[in-house]
Amino acid sequence: MPVGVIEIGGIPVLLRVEDCALKAAIDKRYAAYLTPNPSTEPIELTVTIAPNGGFCQSELPRAKWLNGRWLFECLDFNAEWFPESGRGWIRQERAVHRSLDSVLRVLHSLLLVPEGGCLLHAASAVRNGRAFVFTGVSGAGKTTLSRLAPPDVVLLTDEVSYIRPVHGVYTAFGTPFVGIGMTGENISAPLQALYLLVQGPENRIEPLSRQQAVSVLMRNTPLYAKDRKLAEGLLETACQIAACVPAYRLIFTPTPDVWDMIG
Amino acid sequence: MSMYIAKSRAIAARALDGEMVVMSIADSMLFTLNEVATEIWLAADGLTPLSQIVEDKVCVKFETGPEAAYADAEELCRQLAEHGILVVSDQPIESAR
Repeated sequence: MPVGVIEIGGIPVLLRVEDCALKAAIDKRYAAYLTPNPSTEPIELTVTIAPNGGFCQSELPRAKWLNGRWLFECLDFNAEWFPESGRGWIRQERAVHRSLDSVLRVLHSLLLVPEGGCLLHAASAVRNGRAFVFTGVSGAGKTTLSRLAPPDVVLLTDEVSYIRPVHGVYTAFGTPFVGIGMTGENISAPLQALYLLVQGPENRIEPLSRQQAVSVLMRNTPLYAKDRKLAEGLLETACQIAACVPAYRLIFTPTPDVWDMIG
Repeated sequence: MSMYIAKSRAIAARALDGEMVVMSIADSMLFTLNEVATEIWLAADGLTPLSQIVEDKVCVKFETGPEAAYADAEELCRQLAEHGILVVSDQPIESAR
């Protein structure tokens, strides 16, 4: 029954899936992240298809802590995860990866908080062994910049970046959370810089203050639960990252030479 | 009439380079308070009247007159209350203890 273990950012999640169509979708979507040898004891989730599941009306995923477990819900799924046992379940409307993608994003966003890490609405890439993260509002140019990357740049994601400290160094990991036609390589590298993307008439880099960096990080970090402990953890993480990683405003024109300024 | 102010419980806050960064959990909005606002925020215990906070923390430190400082502080507090990060009352806020 187990379809395999999806390991993102060094955190493995074992999926138990019976539905053949969903198994195929998972094999395709998460191919680079499926591993027979997880680095640690995996979280276990049982996934079932419930076409008439009676799901909530929220188009955005949300999470809620209730009696020792996290409840996740959205228009097309609901799920529960029990942190103490490390187990949970997902009921999703259809045998597609999209629902599972959302659950994994919510789950990892929660798992990263005590680790001092976070997810970020951002593209990220590795060049010369160092990682660079590019964040900004929708339409700021994350996907555009990713598509302009020269051959020596390895893309980690064009949508959701994954950051956590490894041996005291903030590290960016590849994720399967990517846009259509993009691939996020399953590698990691120390985070060298954070960029706030702004499209403009020329290519220019301006340093951001620590407060500006915190603001950028918080505005682009998904907070799925209205939970004080979680929010405090994310704010602490943003402050730590801003203290350790230089942040800049990257004003750019959508041409390949923008990459001359990076790395 | 006195105004009393208390920090909302639905926030996350942290000092950064001498100024408070406050996040509303309700809508994830982030506020960076300037030096004056930070002083007022830190003193918002629900029990000390705003007029006394202004006198003790703002007028002394920033060398401003009490009337103008109080008017600005009152406006600031009402704005922060609208965003749900501060609770404002015309009576002491015992629950802030």
